Amino acid sequence: MQKREFNKLLLYIFALVGVTISVFPFYWMFTASTLTESQIFKVPPTLVPDGNFMDNLNNLTEGWPIWSALINSLVVSGITTITTIFFSALAGYAFAKYRFKGREPLFISVLLIMMVPTQVMLVPMFIIMMNFNWIDSYFALIVPYLVTPFGVFLMRQQMLAFPDDLIEAAKIDGCKDFGIFFRIVLPVMKPACAALGIVTFMHSWGNFIWPLVVVSSEELYTLPLLLSMMVQPGQVVQYGQVMVAAAIGLVPMLLLFLFFQKHFVSGVFGGSVKG
Amino acid sequence: MPSIETKKQNLNYTQPSVNKKKFSLLNLSPYVFITPYFLIFAVFMLYPLIYSFVLSFSKWRAGVTTFVGLENYKMLLTDPFFWKSLGTTGLILVIQVPIMLILATIIATVVNSEKLRFKGLIRLGFFLPVLIDLVTYALVFSLLFNETYGMVNQGLNAIGIGDIKWFSDGTWAKILIILAVTWRWTGYNSVIILSGLQAVPKDLYESASIDGASKITSFFKITVPLLKPVLLFCGIISTIGTLQLFAEPFVLTGGGPREETTTVILYLYDKAFGNFDFGLASAGAYVVTTIIAILSYFQIRITKGGEI
Repeated sequence: MQKREFNKLLLYIFALVGVTISVFPFYWMFTASTLTESQIFKVPPTLVPDGNFMDNLNNLTEGWPIWSALINSLVVSGITTITTIFFSALAGYAFAKYRFKGREPLFISVLLIMMVPTQVMLVPMFIIMMNFNWIDSYFALIVPYLVTPFGVFLMRQQMLAFPDDLIEAAKIDGCKDFGIFFRIVLPVMKPACAALGIVTFMHSWGNFIWPLVVVSSEELYTLPLLLSMMVQPGQVVQYGQVMVAAAIGLVPMLLLFLFFQKHFVSGVFGGSVKG
Repeated sequence: MPSIETKKQNLNYTQPSVNKKKFSLLNLSPYVFITPYFLIFAVFMLYPLIYSFVLSFSKWRAGVTTFVGLENYKMLLTDPFFWKSLGTTGLILVIQVPIMLILATIIATVVNSEKLRFKGLIRLGFFLPVLIDLVTYALVFSLLFNETYGMVNQGLNAIGIGDIKWFSDGTWAKILIILAVTWRWTGYNSVIILSGLQAVPKDLYESASIDGASKITSFFKITVPLLKPVLLFCGIISTIGTLQLFAEPFVLTGGGPREETTTVILYLYDKAFGNFDFGLASAGAYVVTTIIAILSYFQIRITKGGEI
């Protein structure tokens, strides 16, 4: 009995230490955003929030385009998320429920391109953007991400389970292919769409290397780009302001998680986690 | 004609479900449905892939490409900094991925334990780092690990270890990157491993404990072997992710000190957008893609196309 209690205690200690390490950076980020520079770097450290959030925020908005970066991130992530859901569902539905010439090789091409890291295409993509005259424009940030191979793959996997009887019944009722997709398939596939939407939004929200390459003017900064510019070498980093900006960028993700917790796990882990 | 008729009947008779799926043979709808994706695919995925292959054999200057044969590859493979960046990436990979997977397995086991209460909350705590984007967490880490005033060094001072040169010493800078990546991705992997654990039938443990096996024995004899496919899957996605490590060294250490934390993607980024040596960067990209392709091949074979 004693040994059992001891094991249980060990379990709780492990969980407590682990969760503390896991959560502390978040706590420190939010706390530091309410502190002055000297409080942040005080010895011993200030561990409780203070009242300097508004000062930090005001200094931040004076020196950096934080609101336009927030809006840019929301616009870019919002648009690409909606189009990715829609186009992926369309293609996924076709791959899962139609038999057509070339289906197999085309689907294999989806799988193959999924494995090519985007960084590999950075240089040719940059040259394409130059040729299109899209450098430093919303087009560069949005158009290449209108739909992703991962989205098509995820949707196809989910659509495989869609009951054929429903499609058949709709056909008998005189519904055309597009009608079936819009009125029957899309509404039933809402959870899958939500899952894909979350993972797409998250990827887009955190996308860093692409905006870094194609954006140069401040008005087009997305949040990660703005954050990285705030700590560029050769300038005095104002950590209080940086942490306010970081907190502003994190809040939408936390809200998204709060509202879509269930879809979150199935989206983030794609096909790898069931249930 | 009769043969077609019988075929049809046979099909109807043996596989009614397959037949139901067939709408009409000359239906253009599926092609219309996949067109938006394949337009984007052609312009922003397939074409860049081919273009990048051409570029890797060319010199690019002000929009004009001239064929130079294998020179880019020769330059790349004789550049000690390329090998150094590849070595750094490999070192981080070999140390970080096993540590993370062991930790993730332990966390998954603990969270799965029936004795534990507040499971949901603990799970949420471990999962939280998944929500933060790479640049943001790298920034928080740069504050936490600040050499003179950072909280970590203050803590180490308090227990008598003293300051650690997280940014100015090459080895510690690598350890910092490893710590950061581990913090960000362990929870992610433990969720995947947890789903594998939950698929292990409970009666296996019961019969093992009747046979007198201890918890530790049944962990190594039952859990680990049954988790093998899941662990392999995690190992491979983590490997691919680590090979693409960019944001953390870029924000946290800037690749320094003395290129000690320059990962291969950071090296290629510098070549491409620091020196505008697009040819060399493309050649490097192909080398990295080949490495990733080999590893992805194993991923497909092991996971059979994304499903465990």
